[in-house]
Amino acid sequence: MRIIACVKAVPSSTEVKMDPKTNTIVRDGKQAVINPFDATALECALQACEALANQGADVTVTALSMGIPATADLLRDCVARGADSGVLLSDRAFAGADTLATCYALTLGIEHIGNPDLIVCGKMAVDGDTAQIGPELAGAFNIPCVTDVSEIREVASDHIVVTHVTDEGHDVVEIPLPAVITVGKDVAQLRMPSIAGVLAAEDASIEVLTAADAGADPARCGLAGSPTQVVRSFVPERTHDCTYIGGDIDTQVHALANLLKEMN
Amino acid sequence: MSGLLIDAEACVGCGRCVRACASGGIVVEGERPNRCAHVTDSCILCGSCVDACPVGALSIERDEARTDIDPSAYHDIWVFAQTDAAGAVLPVAFELLGRARELAAQRECRVIAVLGEASNADDAAANALVAHGADEVLRCQDDRLATNDSGVFAHWICALAREYRPEVILYGATDFGRELAPGIAVRLQTGLTADCTVLEIDEKTGLLHQTRPAFGGNLMATIMCPAHRPQMATVRPGIFCAPEADANRTGKVTDVELDAAVASRVRVVEHIPADSQASIAEAKRLLVLGRGIGSKKNLPVMRRLAELLGAEIGCTRPLVEAGWLEYRHQVGQTGVSVAPELLISLGVSGAIQHLAGISGAQTVVAVNEDADAPIFNAAQYAVVGDCVEVAQRLIAQLEAR
Repeated sequence: MRIIACVKAVPSSTEVKMDPKTNTIVRDGKQAVINPFDATALECALQACEALANQGADVTVTALSMGIPATADLLRDCVARGADSGVLLSDRAFAGADTLATCYALTLGIEHIGNPDLIVCGKMAVDGDTAQIGPELAGAFNIPCVTDVSEIREVASDHIVVTHVTDEGHDVVEIPLPAVITVGKDVAQLRMPSIAGVLAAEDASIEVLTAADAGADPARCGLAGSPTQVVRSFVPERTHDCTYIGGDIDTQVHALANLLKEMN
Repeated sequence: MSGLLIDAEACVGCGRCVRACASGGIVVEGERPNRCAHVTDSCILCGSCVDACPVGALSIERDEARTDIDPSAYHDIWVFAQTDAAGAVLPVAFELLGRARELAAQRECRVIAVLGEASNADDAAANALVAHGADEVLRCQDDRLATNDSGVFAHWICALAREYRPEVILYGATDFGRELAPGIAVRLQTGLTADCTVLEIDEKTGLLHQTRPAFGGNLMATIMCPAHRPQMATVRPGIFCAPEADANRTGKVTDVELDAAVASRVRVVEHIPADSQASIAEAKRLLVLGRGIGSKKNLPVMRRLAELLGAEIGCTRPLVEAGWLEYRHQVGQTGVSVAPELLISLGVSGAIQHLAGISGAQTVVAVNEDADAPIFNAAQYAVVGDCVEVAQRLIAQLEAR
């Protein structure tokens, strides 16, 4: 059996500051880290793998990512933490992808790995916040999808039982495999690398696929394959006046108390 | 060829682009006066360098999108009408209908609600949709649509969209809407913009301009989907105002089929209802706490203030991530959108994600040490000062009354 954990490299700081002089973005953290939700996804994949192995199944976990060449280091870290292998889709042709084009690249990666039984994604990435990749992958393969999983109750060779967040509480659901689940951050904490894992990761070769290697149609990749386009980005303007309550703290608090009284 | 273009003549080699890039996608090389930026294999075309360039030497070019789609064949604005377990339409669907009516007036098209419900449902949901602005309700009463199964709904809505060709489909960014809409986007091979806070029709092109907070922080991005149809967006509950129901409005209810071959693959073993705790989304008064409260030890002070004000407690994402408060208290784009009459914001800096979630508040009073904090852009009343001290003294004043 094969479990695939989809992971994304995100800037370690997702807080973007604006340079007040040039009115442009200043990114202070350049170090890429694994998206925290995807770290949980990897741990869930590893735990599912262990559960299935205990049932006598032959199971592997592959960490899959699309990213810049340096993302290979992140996948190596996934191997150090217990993944059997890592596959990186990396090509200038993939740059500028929106969720649909990202999903297309990842489906090619998944097809390259072959016959997934379970695909685990974080419920969203902290830099994009779209939460679309998991359900898009399920749609692309026409397999069931359960999003925002809060607990994995049971893993079997042909089905999985999970609890997930719904608009009216939680549902415990059983879905047949293959399937996609996306997980919340609290489901599990990613384990630390083991010494054996670190040694394995040193020797592990992270398979890097270019668009051509993956057999990608250039028209569906990256910027060219993205239906959505950013028209403009901007800092929102102040829409109304703000009254500053001045004076020393006693004056301020007194004025505030009066203001709140008026609103009663 | 699409990609990042660098105008070597204009580039002054200042290196601002290098500092703005989070992925190592651009370098500056060479000796002056030939010092110039070069793109590397690590460029992800995010556009940060384009914004950072002081001389306009950088641009992202893309080839004209080529599709076989004829946009003129697509008409009308659809709103997905999600229902709850009791079969009642969720308020977010009415909110979307209200905005869709305004957009439809500009596009001179109709607003159509898409409603899937149990086979024994009455006309109440369809009538409510018409009363809130739908010109037509495409309704399927089929027990396979009685529960929120995103696979079944996706098959059904995709089949309808292929037949009727809507120009736009809007979804509430509920848990279910966020699971459903991407499944439809990938099957229809079209774009989807998540968690929009502004939807407008561009007067020149007639395209739907979809604005959402971007880069996890302090920027808004306006996004369009020029060559693919339908144009699709999700919107968080509470962003738009629901129109008053008008029982005299008339609209058509068209019953449609669900393909007999479609079967659910998800078996619900158990429903666990949400706690009865009131959601902060409905709070009339809300006290929102940010990192500026300093320490978890200050929470009891804040709780006391909330009690005196008759307010519920909300907070920003860092407080949830630090484990100080539960997720249900989180206000913002990835938390809960709120619309209280009075919102008192203590120690909140005001990241765009957070501001997106409080845009529905009537009056915002903000306390922050930093006079330039963006939260003051969203506030009517501002107090520059230490929020814990202000809270303590305010408690004393309120207790004395």
